[in-house]
Amino acid sequence: MSTEEKKEKKEKKVITQTEAEPPKKWVLMQGNEAVAKAALEVGLNFFAGYPITPSTEIAEILAQEMPMKNGAYIQMEDEIASICAVIGASLAGAKAMTATSGPGFSLMQEGIGFAKMTETPCVVVNVQRAGPSTGLPTKPSQGDMMQSRWGSHGDAPAIVLYPDSVRETYELTIRAFNLSEKYRTCVVLLLDEVLGHMREAVCLPDMSKFRIVNRLKPTVPPEWYKHYDEDQKYLSPLASYGEGYRFHVTGLAHDVYGFPTNKPVEIATMMKRLKKKITQNIRDIVQIEKFMMEDAKVAVFAVGILARSAKSAVLALRKEGFQVGLLRPLTIWPFPDDAVRKMLKNVDTVIVPELNQGQLVHEVERLTKDKEDSDIKKIQKANGELITPNEIYKKIKEVL
Amino acid sequence: MSGVSQKVVHQYLRHNKKFPNVWCAGCSIGIVLGSVIRAIAELQIPKDDIMMVSGIGCSSRMPVYVDFNSLHTLHGRPIPFATGIKLFKPHMKVIVITGDGDATAIGGNHFIHGARRNIDMTVIVINNNIYGMTGGQYSPTTPSGDIATTCPHGNIDPPFDICQLAIGAGASFVARTTAFHSLETQNLVKDAINHSGYSVLEVLSACPVIYGRLNKKGNASRMMEHMRDNSISIKAVDKLPAEKVENKVIRGILKQDTNMPEFTARYTQLVESLREKADKEA
Ligand SMILES: Cc1ncc(C[n+]2csc(CCOP(=O)(O)OP(=O)(O)O)c2C)c(N)n1
Repeated sequence: MSTEEKKEKKEKKVITQTEAEPPKKWVLMQGNEAVAKAALEVGLNFFAGYPITPSTEIAEILAQEMPMKNGAYIQMEDEIASICAVIGASLAGAKAMTATSGPGFSLMQEGIGFAKMTETPCVVVNVQRAGPSTGLPTKPSQGDMMQSRWGSHGDAPAIVLYPDSVRETYELTIRAFNLSEKYRTCVVLLLDEVLGHMREAVCLPDMSKFRIVNRLKPTVPPEWYKHYDEDQKYLSPLASYGEGYRFHVTGLAHDVYGFPTNKPVEIATMMKRLKKKITQNIRDIVQIEKFMMEDAKVAVFAVGILARSAKSAVLALRKEGFQVGLLRPLTIWPFPDDAVRKMLKNVDTVIVPELNQGQLVHEVERLTKDKEDSDIKKIQKANGELITPNEIYKKIKEVL
Repeated sequence: MSGVSQKVVHQYLRHNKKFPNVWCAGCSIGIVLGSVIRAIAELQIPKDDIMMVSGIGCSSRMPVYVDFNSLHTLHGRPIPFATGIKLFKPHMKVIVITGDGDATAIGGNHFIHGARRNIDMTVIVINNNIYGMTGGQYSPTTPSGDIATTCPHGNIDPPFDICQLAIGAGASFVARTTAFHSLETQNLVKDAINHSGYSVLEVLSACPVIYGRLNKKGNASRMMEHMRDNSISIKAVDKLPAEKVENKVIRGILKQDTNMPEFTARYTQLVESLREKADKEA
């Protein structure tokens, strides 16, 4: 291990282990393993999937574990079938998940749209690989950021989480389930290939630390049940098939009872609730980490594994006395507009490293109209390699 | 005639807001719906235990009209949705309503893999030899030479035989009938539901407004007569001379294998054996 890596690791500990925790057993764990283990902890009882590198370990672990824990595990004939089975099971009351990578994620888009339209909770893990097409199965890429937002046809908001460590993968998997159950939607967990495959020593969080959210169940008699009845926050109870509520679900535009409608007023109400249930709850959904941002003049804006490269660079420069910081969203959709605006207001230069040809920087640029003089510098790599701490260090040095 | 009256059928419909239905005058899908409901009523299955899943197409609009647990999914995908439900709630009686295009074109992969797994569900394929919902394009069951809006010069593709496809893929129950034979349909739906395993029931159906018109098949009643005159029951096949059987559609149960283990039962068995093993080790 290089001294730089060691340093990063040490800092990492400081960052993620902020809350005082009783000493616990450290385990060596892969990101994919963390997804599977966390999902089981949170009550996953249905998994359907189709093998694809670099996500396959998730399926393999669950195939081993789930029958014992009395959950249903099935390998479907493709990714389309997988997401459909997941949605069906969820409507029957399951906590359901599938895991895939880029090409499989593309195949799932129609189903993901269906889950959003029908407000069916489910979790989709996408361990990204480099594309386009089959691309580089075992190499990292952050190329699915836009696919996770806009991949499905139509117009519906997305919730997408993006961890930067194995331990955080564990935590965000739990959070993905909680958000999906609470907001009745498909939540995507985006992982970098390196994170999926990398083993890290982690001290797993105590499950008692987490509140486990289960979907709101209707309490009214079946005749009164409205599948899409809304309260102030646009969240409504969801019955399960086979428990006395014989409700209808369709991907067509529907009324509050779930029946197809062509009435503009009813369609507008439906579209509004799909959007508002997310936008009205942004504070609850969006998580962001500010690292040494208080007095920063230069800030790096990065996600996932690159945020770790950036952290090393920031630390090195801080030691040299420069005012640099890092802003890292853990929720990339909805995009943390407010935090990014604030960052743009307070710093002279923003550096956006990403493993693609410009998906994240696009969003940062979108918010610069408030402040023309803030400079945005890009570091982009789409060749299967990572961006090293040194490369980010050098880029920051150029602007200092 | 059936012991189940019209009144009973009405008890199974959702009257609030759902009517009139989307089907054209003379369409056979409503007749099939009647047969399905009568079969369920005769079997006295509680409404809460019935799960009706469909894909996309005219026939797939059926679940909206019936007072069951109902799910109208994506084009070609009802079987995987149904698989998720069945595997998670094996006690439910899962009925899939699908069309020829839905089941064997876009959904062909799911159709055969459901059969291979032998997962317990009743897949009712309403075969009108055309894409009705999208206005008359050819389907995998449009006979060669027939006209559709996307083969105006005549279809050059050979058609699928849906029942042979199901048998080939390993379905444990395969049957065929026509919408003209509504009582037979009702009985076959009963048999299919009672069969534990993947049951395919193909119901030939008349689409006079599109397929019939394009191919000069006459009006709805003429098309019904055609189904009557051009099909024979499998029970009669052996008793008839070969020339009477030639080119006829064979109706009835074409395959039933009650020994094939069913998927959710196999899964339950796996769970139990793992438990036993764990108990022993403990
Ligand atoms: C992914 C996708 N492709 C195409 C369509 C358009 N589409 C809707 S129904 C249909 C064909 C339906 O034909 P069939 O299954 O034979 O049912 P029918 O309408 O004749 O009952 C098609 C192609 C769609 N809805 N989704």
